[in-house]
Amino acid sequence: MSAEITKTGEALPALDFGHAWEYAPSPEATDHVRIAPRHELFVGGAWRQPHSSRYFDTISPSTEQKLAEVAEADERDVDDAVQAARRAYDRYWSRMPGRERAKFIFRIARAIQEKARELAIVETMDGGKPIKESRDVDLPLAAAHFFYHAGWADKLDYAFQGRAWRPLGVAGQIIPWNFPLLMAAWKVAPALACGNTVVLKPAETTPLTALLLARIVEEAELPPGVVNVVTGAGATGAALAAHPGVDKVAFTGSTDVGKKIQRAVAGTKKKLTLELGGKAANIVFADAPIDQAIEGIVGGIYFNQGHVCCAGSRLLVEESVHDLVVRKLRDRMATLRLGDPLDKNTDVGAINSGAQLARIRELVAAGEEDGAERYSAPCALPGKGFWFAPTFFTGVAQSSRIAREEIFGPVLSILTFRTPEEALEKANNTMYGLSAGIWSDKGAKIFWMAQRLKAGVVWGNTYNKFDPSSPFGGYKESGFGREGGRQGLLAYTEVGQ
Amino acid sequence: MSSRRTTERLEHAAPALDTTSKALATTSDGFDPSARVSVAKAYKMFVGGAFVRSESGRYFQTGGGRADGGADPAVVNVPRGSRKDARDAVVAAKGAEAGWAGRTAYNRGQILYRLAEVMESRREELRVALVRGGADVAAAEREVERAVDRAVYYAGFCDKFQALVASSNPVSGPHFGFSVPEPTGVVAVVAPGHPALLGLVSTALPILAGGNTCVVVAGADDPRTAVVWCECLATSDLPGGVVNVLTGDAAEIAPHLAKHREVGALDVWTADAELRALCEREGAGSVKRVRTHDGEAIERLAGDDGQGLGFIERFLETKTVWHPVGV
Repeated sequence: MSAEITKTGEALPALDFGHAWEYAPSPEATDHVRIAPRHELFVGGAWRQPHSSRYFDTISPSTEQKLAEVAEADERDVDDAVQAARRAYDRYWSRMPGRERAKFIFRIARAIQEKARELAIVETMDGGKPIKESRDVDLPLAAAHFFYHAGWADKLDYAFQGRAWRPLGVAGQIIPWNFPLLMAAWKVAPALACGNTVVLKPAETTPLTALLLARIVEEAELPPGVVNVVTGAGATGAALAAHPGVDKVAFTGSTDVGKKIQRAVAGTKKKLTLELGGKAANIVFADAPIDQAIEGIVGGIYFNQGHVCCAGSRLLVEESVHDLVVRKLRDRMATLRLGDPLDKNTDVGAINSGAQLARIRELVAAGEEDGAERYSAPCALPGKGFWFAPTFFTGVAQSSRIAREEIFGPVLSILTFRTPEEALEKANNTMYGLSAGIWSDKGAKIFWMAQRLKAGVVWGNTYNKFDPSSPFGGYKESGFGREGGRQGLLAYTEVGQ
Repeated sequence: MSSRRTTERLEHAAPALDTTSKALATTSDGFDPSARVSVAKAYKMFVGGAFVRSESGRYFQTGGGRADGGADPAVVNVPRGSRKDARDAVVAAKGAEAGWAGRTAYNRGQILYRLAEVMESRREELRVALVRGGADVAAAEREVERAVDRAVYYAGFCDKFQALVASSNPVSGPHFGFSVPEPTGVVAVVAPGHPALLGLVSTALPILAGGNTCVVVAGADDPRTAVVWCECLATSDLPGGVVNVLTGDAAEIAPHLAKHREVGALDVWTADAELRALCEREGAGSVKRVRTHDGEAIERLAGDDGQGLGFIERFLETKTVWHPVGV
């Protein structure tokens, strides 16, 4: 085993991970998946052409090939969808006992499990994420979210300590492109369980799995209008958030857009929850199990190409183990496979869009200009599509853009600290507060940190874990409201004092 | 014996502190050179545990009204808080945040109970303040009683709401997961004008019970009651800066608090729909948790709906913690 020698003569042992095996290509078969060439809007239980007759292309970011064209909903389409949702709320959904609502939601959960392979393949084609992630993370969790919330529908009287509650009415839900189906599940499942009807607006670069979800809703024979899906870009989402017939707006996406939505609903009676950006600190103490921490660091920032709002994008390393951690991180990154997202061995897929790639490049250039030292994994990038090699920066100043702004890509900024207090100060020195990681073998230290970190989710000796029973959401400018768990039900109910 | 004295006082139609003004009332031309001259109080804002004037030097006047009495002249000057005062109050609240949140819940409960004790012992003064602010005597008495009881209610809630809103999360995997409530931080409150005392108590105390600190803009209708209540705060064991109370024009001060980045949340109680909307808009710039309440909601504050777990829960964050389980 090799060992690097530092300037001070200290040996830095390599990561004992084994060699990166050469695999033959192992693409997921896609022959049984048929993506319709054109997708309409799902409104009032029927598939409808948009008023404007306009369609936009959705492409595969790994090949830049067009997958399908998708209806562009304008204000009139959004209005139709909101009215359909209102009718469905008044006529069916608000009158139905919870135990009956539950069975519809269970049907959706089952159908997602049954169609999991198809959904995973389409998710990977449309969004660029590795098939092993869509297959093993997005799909099981999406089904689990419906399954979990279905069970709440007839138990809500227990959920609020005996306080009176009621559904809100029509929920307008705007979701991002990083976990398209999973985010739809996070939004739709609790809304339906609590007795609301929904209008869902998926992201313009990843609309396909939301439309497949609409198909599942149709096949599960939910009453017409309980779930509506309107596709389009920012203007469609803005029309939905601004629609006076919407009682609740739920948004997951960037903090900038979240602020615009919060401003747009000001002065109305609409209830709002926001799940916005992050710049999470992943904190590694010298007493941490370093090899496990390396896995957590890699999973924290390179999972889903770093398109994760809770990504551990700021690595805070105790100074005494900085060189060791950096060395082992480089070793581990050498084994990451970047390429065809449909290949079952791929670890790092395609960047979701050209626009996002440009944003990553801009921030990486800013990091270089600020004098931070860049390292990118030595992997060949495919000629077609949008790609960015896993990258980290060392010597990052706290004031640097790459330490402050959300990059939303596979780019890690490494900073150091000497004391737990300094780690805490640096970790909390951000406008965001979505998540944090702590790596240490000392239980008391982990809890000391966990209590003081201003973050909605804290992972101790692990990272990027999600579960429908586990509330997720941010502090500060990472948003408000929770998704998942009993606490998440508050986002879709009006509860008495 | 003490309870009988209280009863006797209740039977007085006029506030008990009114004795000094009787001499004035008896003279034919309104002036008696042999009478004792009362010591009028300078009304000040309460920031960082100290009573302060506005840095701006501005004031507004209040007084007159029916049953006006006590030691005050007919018209008194009250500080008109400024943007700078609001910023100073936020600094004080921010400074007190870690200490207040870091106390045990049991200790916070004891301090709020101490506040209830002090309020009880100052019932007379609070009642007089409310009457001077325009309340009728019987209503003032009821309001003070309810306010003291509400302080006791939240004192006892400090170490219990956690068990009601926290969870052990049965995640699918070898992890121990739980979610606990934490305070949002500094909460700015636009308190309702009326009920002057119950409005302050019903809005500020659940925020404190949750472990937050606050900056309260007292209603301009009856700022003196707010100041008397601050004297209760100052003589309870509440650390300085945990509650800061500004007097002045809410429409002027609140937007600055809504924009302030160190303020985590806003609780706006006003019948002024424009001010509510403005606070919501300005709060969006830093993704504040903004809660607004209209006139109807303010009326409900006086009743049984004016307290509850929901008041505490509004300004709590949920922190979820995961850790692997294994050997």
